[in-house]
Amino acid sequence: MDAAVAAAAEARERLRASFASGRTRPAAWREAQLRGLLRMAAEMEDDICAALRADLAKPQTESYVHEISLVTTSCKFALKNLKKWMKPQKVPSRLLTFPSTARVAAEPLGVVLVVSAWNYPFLLAIDPVVGAIAAGNAVVLKPSEVAPATSSLLADLLPRYVDASCVRVVQGGIPETTALLELKWDKIFYTGNSKVGRIVMSYAAKHLTPVVLELGGKCPVVVDSNVNLHVAAKRIAAGKWGCNSGQACISPDYIVTTKSFAPKLLESLKKVLGKFYGQDPLRSPDLSRIVNSNHFNRLRGLMDDETVAGKIAFGGQSDEQQLRIAPTLLLDVPLDSAIMKEEIFGPLLPIITVDKIGESFAVINSMTKPLAAYLFTNDSRLKQQFERDISAGGMIFNDTGIHLTNPHLPFGGVGESGMGAYHGAFSFDAFTHRKAVLDRSSFLGEARARYPPYTPAKLSILRGVLKGNPMAMVQAAVGCTGGRRA
Amino acid sequence: MGTTKAADGAGALLGFGETVRELREAYEGGRTRSVAWRQAQLRGLLRLLQEKEAEAFQALRTDLGKHHAEAYRDEVGLLIKSTNGALRQLGKWMTPEKVWVPLIAFPATAQVVPEPLGVVLVFSCWNVPLGLSLEPLIGAIAAGNAVALKPSELSPCTSRFLADNIGRYMDSSAVKVVQGGPEVGEQLMEHRWDKVLFTGSPRIARAVMAAASRHLTPVALELGGKCPCIFDAMGSARDLQISVNRIIAGKWSSCAGQACIAIDYVLVEERFAPILIKVLKSTLKRFFQETDHMARIVNKRHFERLSNLLEDRSVAPSVLHGGSMDAKNLYIEPTILLNPPLDSAIMTEEIFGPLLPIITVKKIEDSIAFVKAMPKPLAIYAFTRDAALRRRIVDETSSGCVTFNDAVVQYAIDGLPFGGVGQSGFGQYHGKYSFEMFSHKKAVMKRGYLVELTLRYPPWDESKVTLMRYLYRFNYFAFVLSFLGLRR
Repeated sequence: MDAAVAAAAEARERLRASFASGRTRPAAWREAQLRGLLRMAAEMEDDICAALRADLAKPQTESYVHEISLVTTSCKFALKNLKKWMKPQKVPSRLLTFPSTARVAAEPLGVVLVVSAWNYPFLLAIDPVVGAIAAGNAVVLKPSEVAPATSSLLADLLPRYVDASCVRVVQGGIPETTALLELKWDKIFYTGNSKVGRIVMSYAAKHLTPVVLELGGKCPVVVDSNVNLHVAAKRIAAGKWGCNSGQACISPDYIVTTKSFAPKLLESLKKVLGKFYGQDPLRSPDLSRIVNSNHFNRLRGLMDDETVAGKIAFGGQSDEQQLRIAPTLLLDVPLDSAIMKEEIFGPLLPIITVDKIGESFAVINSMTKPLAAYLFTNDSRLKQQFERDISAGGMIFNDTGIHLTNPHLPFGGVGESGMGAYHGAFSFDAFTHRKAVLDRSSFLGEARARYPPYTPAKLSILRGVLKGNPMAMVQAAVGCTGGRRA
Repeated sequence: MGTTKAADGAGALLGFGETVRELREAYEGGRTRSVAWRQAQLRGLLRLLQEKEAEAFQALRTDLGKHHAEAYRDEVGLLIKSTNGALRQLGKWMTPEKVWVPLIAFPATAQVVPEPLGVVLVFSCWNVPLGLSLEPLIGAIAAGNAVALKPSELSPCTSRFLADNIGRYMDSSAVKVVQGGPEVGEQLMEHRWDKVLFTGSPRIARAVMAAASRHLTPVALELGGKCPCIFDAMGSARDLQISVNRIIAGKWSSCAGQACIAIDYVLVEERFAPILIKVLKSTLKRFFQETDHMARIVNKRHFERLSNLLEDRSVAPSVLHGGSMDAKNLYIEPTILLNPPLDSAIMTEEIFGPLLPIITVKKIEDSIAFVKAMPKPLAIYAFTRDAALRRRIVDETSSGCVTFNDAVVQYAIDGLPFGGVGQSGFGQYHGKYSFEMFSHKKAVMKRGYLVELTLRYPPWDESKVTLMRYLYRFNYFAFVLSFLGLRR
């Protein structure tokens, strides 16, 4: 424990000194780090894929498409827009304080802590770091110990590709993370579950540290009957099993559809699953495995629950040694079963049926706000209602998951699914302090009406000024006090 | 966090369970979402401020001895301005923002849709009791939330004024005032809110954020700090006088220095200190001919705190002007100190009162290092003609805001975000930032079925990966060629 505490304190002190020296401020430094990360992603692609395969048996395509290429796009987007983001934004200053100029300057928060997750261990470590660096901060990165191969790889690679005096990796588990959380940071960015999210925020409270919490939730998919079923089924499958075997914060967690449509949907999903993963899905190279035996046992427990086991409509096979669970569909599990109360984070997909599609809203709103909500429909009124009545971090109509690839959309949760957002400019903002700068360097207009001794006449002028009355503004600007010199 | 009655899952048995339940019902019922409702509340607020102005002035006079000119200038008038601004901009703020979508997702649209967070809690503070209650309220309502407002018990008349009038002019089941002290605050924080804004001291802020963490409630904290005023040589006597006017306005005219953005202390080159002090003294005499033109100290506890700062043996000798105190009327004369010890309480704690230490430095540039060594304040002020110095101050120091050649007025500019950094807090409001503070920006993407890229799906093979490489680099040309089999 002492070693963890010492290591954490040392990392932070080093970075504090580096930040104080001003190293991270110039655009040139930030660009150099971002280019370093780009080179790392390109040159080390094979090693990264190997680490992801070791940690999660992640298919290479997913490793490339969902992790490496997203990091690359993120770096390039930041490089392209950095100067624009760094530029102060002019603010029209009011006639109230004429003459003056006002602007909002972007400044780094200082030394920030990024604690990342195990399911996209490369992406979720580097993507926030991209934002922190672009904003000019020094960063400590604590990768998840549940993905140890990726964690060691990051610890090995980052010092080779970026400025190690300003970007540090601290590896470890609970003791090391706690030691880091005890220290004062200028921001903490945490990706993970809501239980630990609460703990992170309570540590942050001690130092009044602002936080971004990227958590999870049960992302619902509502499927209406008027859709292109085959395409919908594929897109649902891609967002579920095609994303780390359902171990993704934005994976569809459960489906809600009508009783009459459910059988067709079920058939379509079965067909798609057969096509994607073959007759022996436990052996398909295109499916990630479950990350560890804890989660494997947790998922088996959800399936083996006596109120649920009988509802398995497809799949259900598992291989404990390989830590694999086949894509599994369940029909009409009880709403109070564990599988419907906690975030599944695995390859099990319950289908809940309702009489009319509008009733799906009540099901969703009976749960906490998720990170994402999906609706497959061609009914524009239903879409409008969904957008208005369902609150989630983000939502997509007629697809799943892809909103996170759009750097112009803020990515983050609300309520139990988190606070704060990132991606694109939002990443830059997440690690920036917007400093208001007001400059009244012309002493031209001196509003004596502001000052005591207060008189009714002065008050009258002030009223006019605050209401935007031009006459009053002129009076104020020429130093009128409305009465005897006071 | 204090004792509470036994809690059930819905929190109904916790203190104020009824209040919270009503607010939640009002919000879930949907009426706070409509433009019409929001406009009606804002217009109601406007009428309240106009019709009850005299009562508002009286409450502020009783609570703080605030002259009604100061009350209008710093609270009522600004609130009218902000409410009008919100009414004018509401439509624009509520409009979803369309964003660019990459061709790979064609056809698709993407937008950022602002939505209310739900039921929010605003803790206000005693020193600007109307402003710090209602300015956040404007934002919370404009954003479509149901709101609970807890004014400070240390400004009881204003608290009662709000409790009596808010319900009369606004929708009383969706906008509620909860009066009381720290125990009330603790009980309120036992509940889950969709956002909490707290204005006050760092000590209580820590407790509020810790309580909020149990429910994953996002918070915004508006704290304080020691706002320094760097005073450089002024070119002319006129500029010097104007600067001094503004320093006085930024200290004693701002609730007798009891303001989070009031000037806390001044830094000046030793050779200019005498002239600064001379003009300060003469101007103070002119401005404050009557004691009622400066607010009084809010209560006995703060009065004693401030008199202790002055009576500290190492500090007392540095008092140059003023220093007299009237315990009965809670009045402390505008006081100037010259170089009190830097480790004395008056130089390590936020003063929040009418005492102005002047610290001399050899060169004005030394102020920058001085300020950097202190926790980040809510504002840094600098009176200077030197553009290079201004640039250095902006680039090398950190604070909620920086204002050159004036003080406190940044508060009135809607376009500037108002909030702290580091020890002075986080989260910003005023103008559209108020709306954003109480909103969730929901990403909404809409796709159709027209174009379906099968390369997204397993089973995977190398050619699919290659296609994706091109797409992800937005290299559409290479993508098309490859897709058509014309490129390896």
